[in-house]
Amino acid sequence: MIRIRNLEAGYDKLKVLKGISLHVNSGEIVTIIGANGAGKSTLLNTIASLITPSSGEILLQGKDVTLAPPDRIVKGGCVLVPEGRQLFPTMTVKENLILGAYTLFGRKKSNDANRNLEQIYKMFPILNDRQSQLAGTLSGGEQQMVALGRGLMSNPNLIMMDEPSMGLAPLIVKDIFKVVETLRDQGKTVLIVEQNAKAVLGIADRGYVMETGSLVLEGSAEELLDNNDVRRAYLGKDYKEFTDMGGRE
Amino acid sequence: MIYNMEYESMEKQNLEQLQIERLQATLHRVYRNVSFYKALYDKEGIQIDSIKSLDDLKKLPFTTKNDLRQSYPYEAFAVPLRDIVRIHSTSGTTGKPIVVGYTKNDLKTWSSLVARILSAAGITSHDFVQIAFDYSLSTGGFGFHYGAEKIGASVIPYSGDDVMKQIQVMKDYRTTTLVSTPGYALHVASLMEEMGRDTQELNLSTGLFGSEPWSENLRKEIESRLKIEAFDNYGLTEIIGPGVAFECEKHSGLHVNEDHFILEIINPDTLEEVPSGEQGELVFTTLTKEGFPLIRYRTGDISSIVEGNCTCGRTTARIRRISGRTDDMIIVDGRNIFPSNIEEILFEIEGVEPHFQIVLSREDGVDIIELKVEVTPNFLPFDEIRKVQVFQEKIAQLLTSQLGIHAKITLAEPKSLKRSTGEKIKRVQDNRK
Repeated sequence: MIRIRNLEAGYDKLKVLKGISLHVNSGEIVTIIGANGAGKSTLLNTIASLITPSSGEILLQGKDVTLAPPDRIVKGGCVLVPEGRQLFPTMTVKENLILGAYTLFGRKKSNDANRNLEQIYKMFPILNDRQSQLAGTLSGGEQQMVALGRGLMSNPNLIMMDEPSMGLAPLIVKDIFKVVETLRDQGKTVLIVEQNAKAVLGIADRGYVMETGSLVLEGSAEELLDNNDVRRAYLGKDYKEFTDMGGRE
Repeated sequence: MIYNMEYESMEKQNLEQLQIERLQATLHRVYRNVSFYKALYDKEGIQIDSIKSLDDLKKLPFTTKNDLRQSYPYEAFAVPLRDIVRIHSTSGTTGKPIVVGYTKNDLKTWSSLVARILSAAGITSHDFVQIAFDYSLSTGGFGFHYGAEKIGASVIPYSGDDVMKQIQVMKDYRTTTLVSTPGYALHVASLMEEMGRDTQELNLSTGLFGSEPWSENLRKEIESRLKIEAFDNYGLTEIIGPGVAFECEKHSGLHVNEDHFILEIINPDTLEEVPSGEQGELVFTTLTKEGFPLIRYRTGDISSIVEGNCTCGRTTARIRRISGRTDDMIIVDGRNIFPSNIEEILFEIEGVEPHFQIVLSREDGVDIIELKVEVTPNFLPFDEIRKVQVFQEKIAQLLTSQLGIHAKITLAEPKSLKRSTGEKIKRVQDNRK
């Protein structure tokens, strides 16, 4: 679905991504875990073309989109559900959702947009109930659903999600991730960046570990869950637990 | 059967992507965690980030056995010792042993790679797999044990000693699969014949042999004497143990597990990559090892690439069966001779066993090669000096005509040379130093 080689990007003189190579196969949920500031969001923003890479290559379904403008990425079937939802709080739920269909604007495609909207209401019935409510008045979980729904409005193949669990209660996180699994079951491909490693590794097929701008580990979700570095650094397993068990060193 | 369809039959470009991703991640980990690699790359001024393609791998220095010996025992581990759950080691026959640590994930990876070997040989949960490797610091026994359990076979962990009892267990437990060195399998056959027993008494149908180079003739001999199909497999403790490369049912080279190891073949003298298809030294880079990752490790094993795709459906690169070791190599008159070449020739001669030892010495600055060969038990003309001489001359002539070496031939009594029972034969004794 997407293949990235040696991607470098950053802000002005600050190089954040130091040569990232990764791939996501069709129908996979792939996660990138890592600490705050590792460069995870920068990576998604670079793929979405909100940041221009300084070198490297991004192939989306075999096409080189390294320097393509953001709308070409969306038209190519790849959307970003940004960190912190980024809704328009004073617009209604429906208006926010429709904004996600901007690639479908035009005389012939408005039917598609309406059909997609119906689909999203089916997937998130609560949004149907609240379609005329102002987005800013929704709960965090509902806002995340709107953000995801907005992403789905263009009927993408690859959905990139940036910290979808941020600020949400554990039960709500579970709901959101259940939706992500449903999307995969429908044949969609998902790339999720998360700090909540434990939750996301529960639904992911594969994952990468990112540290200070580089990927230092690739493996199946199961392998990452069993990797002691990952457990210590990202799964909240206490250092003491390890030393007490081991007794060495 | 292909154990892991997704990874063993990947499209070339997908495999390359996976390899570069895993290589870059491994380099970051070794640079951060292994002082040997950090010091080496800092000294050579190598930036890890500059490795952007598989071709760039050539910019990195090799890792040698000697480097690892200097890291004895734990210096080259890439994780804290508390994360290590298993320790194996090389035998140390040629110097200080190399100690290898495995994490939990390493053991899982290892089992699944050995499962690939067994599946490719047609082994299933219906098989009884008898393991005649020693369960010890060496990797053969435990490697096959966990791999066979992984595919659900019934494992009989017999170890290498006491061949008589081994045979009895093999018969009584209805063992279908023997895992051992090729020498051991031959030993089993010889012993049964000596006792006047038919190998048909056994239920054996498959043999998986490795840990020492063996010739195609030896395979045929084992197959016909034990009435089995024999599969070669290749691995070494430093890289992971068994599970690096293996034969499928086509027996046309050994498939390298390229999703876990990058293979290079170099000329051991110039250290340059050899043209595809030519013989050279195998060099491996591990891609998934957590405990003991290695970058461009020189194995000392000699082989070459089999070009083209295998008809079995796997897309991984294939290597020919190991023809020898760089450090077993005898150089005479500019010719590189491997003990396996000599084994091939001995097979053509009636009256000798493929058990032999090469003794090198130096007299007045001239290299002398002595070849000690065991004769078969029914070799009669020991008492007739002339016939013995003719026999010796015949062997010497074959060596001259086929390998271009002039060797002094000594005939040895049956079973007088050191046997291989899980331990490797020391085939070359170099007294020149």
